[in-house]
Amino acid sequence: MTASTIDTMARRGRTRWASFGLSERQAWSVLFVAPYVAIFIGFVVFPVGYSFWLARSPQLYVELAADPIFLRTVVNTFVFLVVAINVKMALALFLSGFFTHRRWWVKVLAVLFVLPWAVPSIPTILSVRFMLNPEWGVINQLIFRLTAEDGPNWLNDPALALTLSMLVHIWKSLPFWTLILLAGRLAIPGELYEAASVDGAGAWHRFRYITWPSMSMLYVTCTLLSMIFTVGDFNSVYLLTGGGPADLTHVLATLGIRYLRLDQVGLAMASIVCALPLILPLVYFMMRRLSR
Amino acid sequence: MSLRRLLRNIGFETGLLLIGIPLLLWTLIPIYHMFLFAISPKDAAFSGQLWPTNPTLRNFGTVLSQKHHFLNHFWLQMFNSLVISIGTAAITLFVATAAAFAISRLRMKGGRMVMNLALLTYFIPAAFLAVPMYKTMGMYGLLNNDWALVLAMATIASPYAIWILRQASDKLPVELDEAAMIDGASPFQLFRLIYLPLMVPSLIAVGTYALLLAWNEYLYAFLLLSKNTAITLPVALGNFLSADDSPWELLMTAGFLYALPPAAIYYAFRRYMSSGLTAGAVKG
Repeated sequence: MTASTIDTMARRGRTRWASFGLSERQAWSVLFVAPYVAIFIGFVVFPVGYSFWLARSPQLYVELAADPIFLRTVVNTFVFLVVAINVKMALALFLSGFFTHRRWWVKVLAVLFVLPWAVPSIPTILSVRFMLNPEWGVINQLIFRLTAEDGPNWLNDPALALTLSMLVHIWKSLPFWTLILLAGRLAIPGELYEAASVDGAGAWHRFRYITWPSMSMLYVTCTLLSMIFTVGDFNSVYLLTGGGPADLTHVLATLGIRYLRLDQVGLAMASIVCALPLILPLVYFMMRRLSR
Repeated sequence: MSLRRLLRNIGFETGLLLIGIPLLLWTLIPIYHMFLFAISPKDAAFSGQLWPTNPTLRNFGTVLSQKHHFLNHFWLQMFNSLVISIGTAAITLFVATAAAFAISRLRMKGGRMVMNLALLTYFIPAAFLAVPMYKTMGMYGLLNNDWALVLAMATIASPYAIWILRQASDKLPVELDEAAMIDGASPFQLFRLIYLPLMVPSLIAVGTYALLLAWNEYLYAFLLLSKNTAITLPVALGNFLSADDSPWELLMTAGFLYALPPAAIYYAFRRYMSSGLTAGAVKG
């Protein structure tokens, strides 16, 4: 490189953004992004690739299908996703409307309402677990005092226990989705509602023709995201029921960990691979939505 | 006419209350139940009263002075939680600030792809990444080491952190960089003298987010750490479950103490946190 080209580059550089030249800027950006890329490769790409490699033997899937707990777990996971998430999102949509009303006590309530989401799950879920204890839990104490009869053995009935896990999940994550949907509602211009009121539209019509059309995209996106997150919800089931009674309330998230604790790593990975048909369509729809 | 309107208003307010009161109970009962246990004497905790006859702070004394074999390492475990949370926040901030700078300010080629790949992490359900993560940490020889949990949590916190920081950074005017470069600043000087000082509010929000994420984490902590002196507080609380004679009132007291800092931090930073969270959500 001659002195004159360096000179012209330097002169050009002084007037343009790319004063280091494109390649130098790229070199710096690679340097800055490198720590994250290292973490991503070391703790996401490699583990995921490794797990596929561990789950490669078809024998594992035969073994998995032969495990009666597995089929039950798939059904549980499916029920959990369909029921808990739709109930939760419908409630969140409803409550986001409730929180748009300006009252001093609604404001106070909104502050308290976030608590389940703001505090860690372990003490609160264990607190619910104690409430449900059949002998000395507060719920059965109250039932006994009011009716003089013993209350149900809540967590010993698989259907009841799974329902309660879903309630715990809703309790924990409802505030988050309500806040997101509330932000969506607040982004709708107020004039639309004023105009509708002038035209005599009732509450239902305002929801049907103004709120829902502007919120439906956000609502569906949130539902899809919540499904993906909920497939990975370990705490709501594990801390409340531990997968019991008799391993009948496991979901895929807790089953994988159960296999891992039993040192059956291959089965753990295989059970996760089996969840892919459930997750990949969700991810696909999500990507298409987000890139639009 | 005005009477009808008044009646309708009363009906509406009653309707709001009929939603608000059950919502308040639903939200607070598990938390209040925990608090009630914490201030009740051992034998009175199960009586099902709304307020204990003899409220006491003795449980707090027992927990804080570690006078129960379940709680021998309470302070150490609290300290572990703190160290791991701060470590996670530090690593996340370091990694995410640098990455967001490269993507947003240096307009890195393929930066968009890096961002999208990073966000793909969140499409792997947490419990599913945990199993391979556990095996991988074993291969790296990090099991039972604080670093395992710090790195795992930083992996999970970073994509969101980069995303938020990139959005904030995109709002800074390009002219700042141009002016600095005319004065002969190198990219590193841009980073240190312009980018970092202007990003402070976002850095606080992201750091708090990573801190809370690590403090609240149970599953990864429970998998990656197992020695009694190495575990974090939530894992220690979870271990109460394995015994039948667990002292519940002490568990709830320790749980209450553990839940206080995140709740306090959340309320202190509420404005930052919720505006940061929802800004992205509505755009998406």
